[in-house]
Amino acid sequence: MTKMDNIAIDHGLALAGILFMLGLLGVLIRRNIIFMLVSVEIMLNAAGLAFIVAGSKWAQADGQVMFIFILTMAAAEVSVGLALILQIYHQLKTLDSDAANKMKG
Amino acid sequence: MDLTFYIAAAVAILSTIMVITRFNIIHALLYLVVSFLALAIVFFLLGAPFAAALEVIVYAGAIVVLIIFVIMMLNLKDEAVEAEKRWLTPGIWIGPGILSIILLVEIIYVIALPTKGDYTTTLLDSKAVGMSLYGDYILGVELSGMLLMAGIVGAYHLGRQKKKVVHRFLEQSDDKNG
Repeated sequence: MTKMDNIAIDHGLALAGILFMLGLLGVLIRRNIIFMLVSVEIMLNAAGLAFIVAGSKWAQADGQVMFIFILTMAAAEVSVGLALILQIYHQLKTLDSDAANKMKG
Repeated sequence: MDLTFYIAAAVAILSTIMVITRFNIIHALLYLVVSFLALAIVFFLLGAPFAAALEVIVYAGAIVVLIIFVIMMLNLKDEAVEAEKRWLTPGIWIGPGILSIILLVEIIYVIALPTKGDYTTTLLDSKAVGMSLYGDYILGVELSGMLLMAGIVGAYHLGRQKKKVVHRFLEQSDDKNG
């Protein structure tokens, strides 16, 4: 492992951290519920990037296998999340997540 | 390898910032596609071409199209046509277009690289991933299948419209019973 490679590995992990923080920021500052779902996708993608970087560091295929599992989980999550968004829009006629803060039986 | 990695990382961070600061969801999704493409190039440079292909196909393809589909289902009003006309101005395409052209130049440069001399990372192709996926991680593959099945059933159950029961004298909706 050369020195240049190690720098790239560190910076790859830094990129994953920055993208994860941007996704978390998006969840916190946006009230539109579709934007919150997109930000969660960004966070999952950043986690996958961290796995790929680690798998590249140790030259093992396990990182990419974990990325495929994260991909599967993201696909299942986005389908259920979009179905929930459709239900919320039909019930409340808005996409504001603050409108859904009361649980009525 | 280094400079291409930094350019792709800069494009990814820039487009992700644009995603979380747009007011219009369609504009945000344009930048989201650019962000996924930039991350695909990062994966390619890290020696994971199979993950790069999956990133483009599943994230930038399937998931974004699914979100666009739901947005188009929600905007079924008359003012949506006016908004559509307002959104389709050419200025919208400049930002994602420039970032995408940067990524295109970069991927052409990487593919047309005559020597792989500075390509320091080891290449993990789809064969190695497949051997690991269906060897050591076969239990995880089966669990992923169950997760996808639960996702399909959950999406069907949640997305189903409640059936309205219309009577001659009294009209009641069925969702109190269900």
